Amino acid sequence: MASSASLKSSVSSTTAAPPRAWRVDVFRRPEIDDPAGQAAVGALAEIGVRGVRSIRRGRGYLLSPTLDAAQVDLLASQLLVDPVLEHVQVTAPGAWPRRTGAGRQRIVVMRRRGVMDPCALTIEAAIARQNTALRGDRTVRVLTFVAWELESALTRAELDTVAREVFANDVVDEIFVDDDGLHFEFPTAGALRVVQHVPLRDADDARLEQLSHEGQLSLSLDEMRAIQAHYRTLQREPTLAELETLAQTWSEHCKHKTFTGVIDYDGELIDNLLKRTIKAATLELAKPWCVSVFHDNAGVIEFEPGWNVCFKVETHNHPSAIDPYGGAGTGVGGVIRDILGVGLGAKPIANTDAFFVGPPDLPSEQLPKGCMHPRRILRGVVAGVRDYGNRMGIPTVNGGVWFHPRYVGNPLVYAGCVGLMPADCTDKQVLPGDIIVVVGGRTGRDGIHGATFSSLELHDESQSVSSSAVQIGDPITEKRVTDALLRARDARLYRAVTDCGAGGLSSAVGEMGADCGARVELERVPLKYPGLSPAEIWISEAQERMVLATPPEKLAALLAVFHAEGCDATAIGEFTSSGKLELSYAGESLAELDMHFLHEGAPRPLRKATKPRVLDADEGCPPCADASAMTLALLRSPNIASKEWIVRQYDHEVQGMRVLGALCGERDDGPGDAAVLQPLANSRRGIAIGCGANPDYGLRDPYAMACAAIDEALRNVVAVGGDPSRTAILDNFSWGNCKRPEQLGALVEASRGCYAAAVAFQTPFISGKDSLNNEYRTADGVISIPPTLYVSALAIVPDVARTVSMDLKRAGNLLYLVGMTHAELGGSQYFAQLGVDSGRTPRPDLALAPRTLRAVHSAIASGLVRACHDLSEGGLAVAAAEMAFAGELGARLDISTLAFGVFDSARVDRDTLALFSESCTRFLVEVEPQHAAEFERALQGVDLTRVGAVHSEPRLVISSASRALVDVALGDLRAAHQGGFQG
Amino acid sequence: MTRALVLRAAGVNCERETLLALEQAGAKPELLHVQQLIDAPSRLDEFALLVLPGGFSYGDDIAAGRVLGFELRCFLGEALAGFVARGGYVLGVCNGFQVLVDTGLLEGVSARPSERTIALTNNVSGHYECRWVTLRNEPSACAWLDAGSLWPTPVAHGEGRLMFKDAQALERLRQRGQVALRYVTRTGGPAEYPQAPNGSTDAIAGLCDPTGRVLGLMPHPERNVAPWHHPHWTRSAPRPNGEGLEFYRRLVAAAGR
Repeated sequence: MASSASLKSSVSSTTAAPPRAWRVDVFRRPEIDDPAGQAAVGALAEIGVRGVRSIRRGRGYLLSPTLDAAQVDLLASQLLVDPVLEHVQVTAPGAWPRRTGAGRQRIVVMRRRGVMDPCALTIEAAIARQNTALRGDRTVRVLTFVAWELESALTRAELDTVAREVFANDVVDEIFVDDDGLHFEFPTAGALRVVQHVPLRDADDARLEQLSHEGQLSLSLDEMRAIQAHYRTLQREPTLAELETLAQTWSEHCKHKTFTGVIDYDGELIDNLLKRTIKAATLELAKPWCVSVFHDNAGVIEFEPGWNVCFKVETHNHPSAIDPYGGAGTGVGGVIRDILGVGLGAKPIANTDAFFVGPPDLPSEQLPKGCMHPRRILRGVVAGVRDYGNRMGIPTVNGGVWFHPRYVGNPLVYAGCVGLMPADCTDKQVLPGDIIVVVGGRTGRDGIHGATFSSLELHDESQSVSSSAVQIGDPITEKRVTDALLRARDARLYRAVTDCGAGGLSSAVGEMGADCGARVELERVPLKYPGLSPAEIWISEAQERMVLATPPEKLAALLAVFHAEGCDATAIGEFTSSGKLELSYAGESLAELDMHFLHEGAPRPLRKATKPRVLDADEGCPPCADASAMTLALLRSPNIASKEWIVRQYDHEVQGMRVLGALCGERDDGPGDAAVLQPLANSRRGIAIGCGANPDYGLRDPYAMACAAIDEALRNVVAVGGDPSRTAILDNFSWGNCKRPEQLGALVEASRGCYAAAVAFQTPFISGKDSLNNEYRTADGVISIPPTLYVSALAIVPDVARTVSMDLKRAGNLLYLVGMTHAELGGSQYFAQLGVDSGRTPRPDLALAPRTLRAVHSAIASGLVRACHDLSEGGLAVAAAEMAFAGELGARLDISTLAFGVFDSARVDRDTLALFSESCTRFLVEVEPQHAAEFERALQGVDLTRVGAVHSEPRLVISSASRALVDVALGDLRAAHQGGFQG
Repeated sequence: MTRALVLRAAGVNCERETLLALEQAGAKPELLHVQQLIDAPSRLDEFALLVLPGGFSYGDDIAAGRVLGFELRCFLGEALAGFVARGGYVLGVCNGFQVLVDTGLLEGVSARPSERTIALTNNVSGHYECRWVTLRNEPSACAWLDAGSLWPTPVAHGEGRLMFKDAQALERLRQRGQVALRYVTRTGGPAEYPQAPNGSTDAIAGLCDPTGRVLGLMPHPERNVAPWHHPHWTRSAPRPNGEGLEFYRRLVAAAGR
C-alpha cells in the first residue's frame, strides 16, 4: 500500500542516482507536429499557465540491465520506435541521459510502484516470446514512462502545479520534474507473517471500534460485537484473514445492509425496504419473460427462443473521485465481468455510462479543498470509459451526463453492460469436489479495501489515505478472459462462474461456496510480485479476475483453453461439503469460518428515517419575456447541450449490431432517445436501451423523482420502437449518508415511488445497485449529493426495421404532441435559468401514463410514425428545436390548443408553461398526412394535440394563436446546442 | 467458394462483423488465433484471402498494431511474403491496416523497419473518433475496386493518420498505383476535418501494395452491411444492404479467381 507519507513528496526535486536500467527515450522527429503536445499547451492555458512556447510528448522505457547493448538496440529498432516518425536515445544503466536543447523543461510521469502498467506487461510478454531472438531466456522487466518536454521558463512551483493538474495524478503516478533519477524498482517482499490473530474477545466497545477503524474494516459496533460473540462461543480469537473476510462480506457494498435492514420511518417499521418495494414490484408482476432476477450478477430476460439478454449497471463513485481515469475504467471492467459472470457467462454486446459531476464552468476558487475540477473529472472518466470499452470491443451506446453543484466533491460514475447468452447458459451450480480456478489478471496489492472504502464518506484527505483503493485497468487481459471464457462455456468446461469484484477472492469464493464450503490454498494464487501477505492475497481487488468451479475431470481441458489465449488460469482449491470457508498458506491454516455465520451472522441494523421535506411551494409560472432567447439559453446549458464530444470518443459501431445510435439526423448531431441493437444477424428482433434520471427533482421530491426517472427511461425506449410490455428496468441509487434520518427517509420515498411506477407501468426491476454514502466533508461542512436514482431500461423491439429516430423527416408532415402538460416546473431547466427554486416537481400520472406508452408503441409498431422525441429537460421548446436541427427541417407549432392539466391561471402563464414545462409521458411525434387519421385512432383515449407541421423553411416557429413566441433559425439552434461545454 | 482466414490475437475485436460480412459476400471464413498460425504456418496455403480485422491487438501498447506486427515479422514474415507472392489476397482493416503497415507488406515484400516509408500515427484531433465518412475508390493497382465510386463507411480509431517519410515516398506510392482510397465529402469534393477524420496526408484512407492484392484501410466496410447500418437509414428509402457489402463481394470475387 502506498503510504500517505510517500505521497507528500511525490514530486521529486533532488536526484539520487540514475536508474539501474537501460533507458530508451522515444520522441517524434522535430519536423513532425505533435498533436498531444499542442493539446497540452491548451490545457496549461486553461489552468492559467501561460508563456509555454511548445510542448512535445515523448515515451520512454526502462529495461532490465541484464540485457546487452545489441539486444537493447534490436528491441528499440524492431519494437519500440516508429522508423518513419520517431527518433530514439538509448542510455546505459547507471548513466545520465544526454540532455538536448537549452530552454527545455521536462516532466516525466511514471506509474507508482505496484500500480498497473499494462504497456510494460505487454512488452515483457512480447520479449519473452522473442527470447530466442534475443539469445537468452532471462526474464526482462520493463517499466514505461511519459516525458513531456516544455519549451518554457516556468518556475519550479508552476512546473509542479502543471505536473499535478495536467500531466499526472499523484494518486497513481510518480512525477519527476527536470530530474532523470527515475526508479527501476518493483514491489518487494515485506515481513511475511502468515497467521495473525486479532485479540477481540476481551475488547471493550471502544477497543472494538478502534480495531474496525484502524483495520479499515468499516464494521459498526454492533457488527464487531456480533463477531466478538461468535468467537467467544468458539473460544478463540479470529485471525486477521477471518476478520477481513467478514468485513468484506458484510460491507455495505456487498451486503446492502441499509436497503435490507430494518428502518424506523417516523415510527413505522419497514422490514427490508428492498424486498418491500423494488423486489415486491417484480414479484407481483411475475412476468414469464423474467428469467433470472436479483440473485445473479445481472438480471436476465428472454430475448427470443433460445436466447436471453442480461443487463447490469454498477456505480464506481469513490474511486472515480480520486482517479477519474482509473476509476471509470475499472468501473467499466467490473460491470463487464458481471455480464461474463451471470449464469455460465454472457457475451457483452453493449456498454452504457452515466456521469453526474459538478458544473463545468465552476470558478476554481469555489472548488472545495482536495477536489479536482469537474472538467478534469469529466474528461478523465470519459477517457477511462473510452479506453476500456473501446479496447474490449464493446460499443458504448447509451448514457448521459448530468451537472449539479452538489456533485463537486463526490461525482457519480455509472457503468452498465448488456449481454447476450444462449438460454441454456442461464443457470450455474457448484458441487462439492469442484475445483476452484482463478483466471485472468494476477493478484497484487492494488485495490485493497475497495469494498470497505466505498462505504465511507470522502473528505479532503481521501486522496492520500485511500490510494490503494484506486486501480488502473488492463482491458486486454479482460479481453483475453472474455475470449477464453466464452469458448470454455460453449465446451461446457465449468459448472459455475462469478467475477472477482469488491472483496476480491474472499467475496467470490465465499459467495460460490456459500451453500457447501470451500478450501483455498492461497500460496497457489498467481501474484504480480512476491511478498503479499495471505490476507492481502485473499482480499485484494486486483482487476480482471474471475473464479470458476469446474469438475476435476474437466480441469485440464479448461486450463488449456485459457492458456491458448495467453491467459492465466490456476487451480487454487476446491469446493467442499464442510459448510466452512477454509484458508491455508503453505500448509498453515489461516481461517476456518462458518459459512452460515459469514453469510447470515451480520446483525441487521435498525436505522431511523424521517419523512424528507418535499419542496412543492408553487409560485406558478412567470411569463418568459423572450422565449427565443430562453430556448437558445436552454440548448446551451450544460444539462441539455450536445454531448457529441463524448459520444465520438466511444466506438459505438463495433460488433456491427447498431440500428440506432446516440446521434441522429442529417448531420448526426441530434440527441437520440435510446439505442437500438440487432443482436442476432438472422433475426429482425432488437433491443432498445435507454435511461432516465433527474437530480434536481431528487432534491425536491424523491418520490416524484423516482416515478419521473422511470417514466423518462421508458419513454426513451418507447420513442425508438421498444415494446413497453416487454421492458425491464434497473435501479441504481446513489445517495448521501443514510445514517442521517432525512437521507434515509428520501430513500424510502424514492423506493416507494419505484414500486408504484414499476407496478403501474408493468415493468419489472431485474437488477439494481446502491451506493449510499456519497458525501464530501470539508472544513466548512458536508456536501451531500442530491438523491440520485439512475434508471436504465431494456426493451424488446419487435422488428428493428420499424425503428424510429428523432430527426424530422419531410416538410409537410404533421406534428402531434402526445400527453398532458401540467404546471410542473419544479426542478425544471427553465426555473434553473431563472434561478427560481419553487414549483411542483413533475411526476407521471400513473393511471394514464401506461396507456400513453402502449398507444405510442402501437402507432410506431404499425409504421405510422416518422419521427418521435420524448419531452424531457427544457420541455417542448427544446424537443422541437432538437428535432428540427437534427432533420435540417423547419417546424411551425401552434400551442394555443394544447391539452393542459388543472392550474391556477392567475399565477401561471400558459404559453410559457407549454414551452418549458417538464411534465412526464409526453412525446412530439411526426406523422405523414396520409397516416393522420390512423395515427389519431391508434392514440384514442390519450391526450393528443395536433400542434403543427414540418416546414422546408429552416426556422423553428412556435406561436400561440397568432403571436410568435419562439422564432429562431435552425443554424442558431444548432450552434447553441453545440455551444456548451465540449470537452 | 473462396476461403478466407480471419486472424485474431489478444485484443482483436471486430471478428464478428468481419465474419458476417465475408459470409454474406460469399466467402467461407475461418477464425484462427495467431498462435495457431505460428504453430502451423502452412495452413495459410488453404486460404485465398487473409483478413486482419480491427481491434486493439495487444492493447495497441507502444503504438497501434505494433506488437502484433512485430510478431508477424518475427514468426510469420516469410510465410506471409510467400502467401502474397503465390497470389494470395490480404485485407487489413483499421488495426489490421496498422499491423500491415508495421509488417512492411505494403511496401514490396516485407520491408525491414529501417526501409519503411509509411506510418500510421495519432489523429490530428488528438483522440479516438468514431464517425461516418465518405470514401472514394481511386484508380489504383486494386483493379477489383470500382474506381471512382463513392460510398459511406464508419471509421473508429485514434491512430489513423497516414504519414510518409518524405514527398518522394508518397510520389512513389502514387506512381505505383498504391493510393486506393481517399476520404471525400459526400459529393466527392476534397474533404477536411471531420469528413477527413484523422489528418492523413492527401486525405488517404487506404493503401495497397504494388500488386493490388494487399490492401489496408482505416474505415470499417464490414460495419456497413445491414440495411440499417447507415446512420441515416431512417431518413432514406429502404435498401437491401449497406455499401460495405459490395466492397467485400468484390474482394472475395477477386481473391477467388
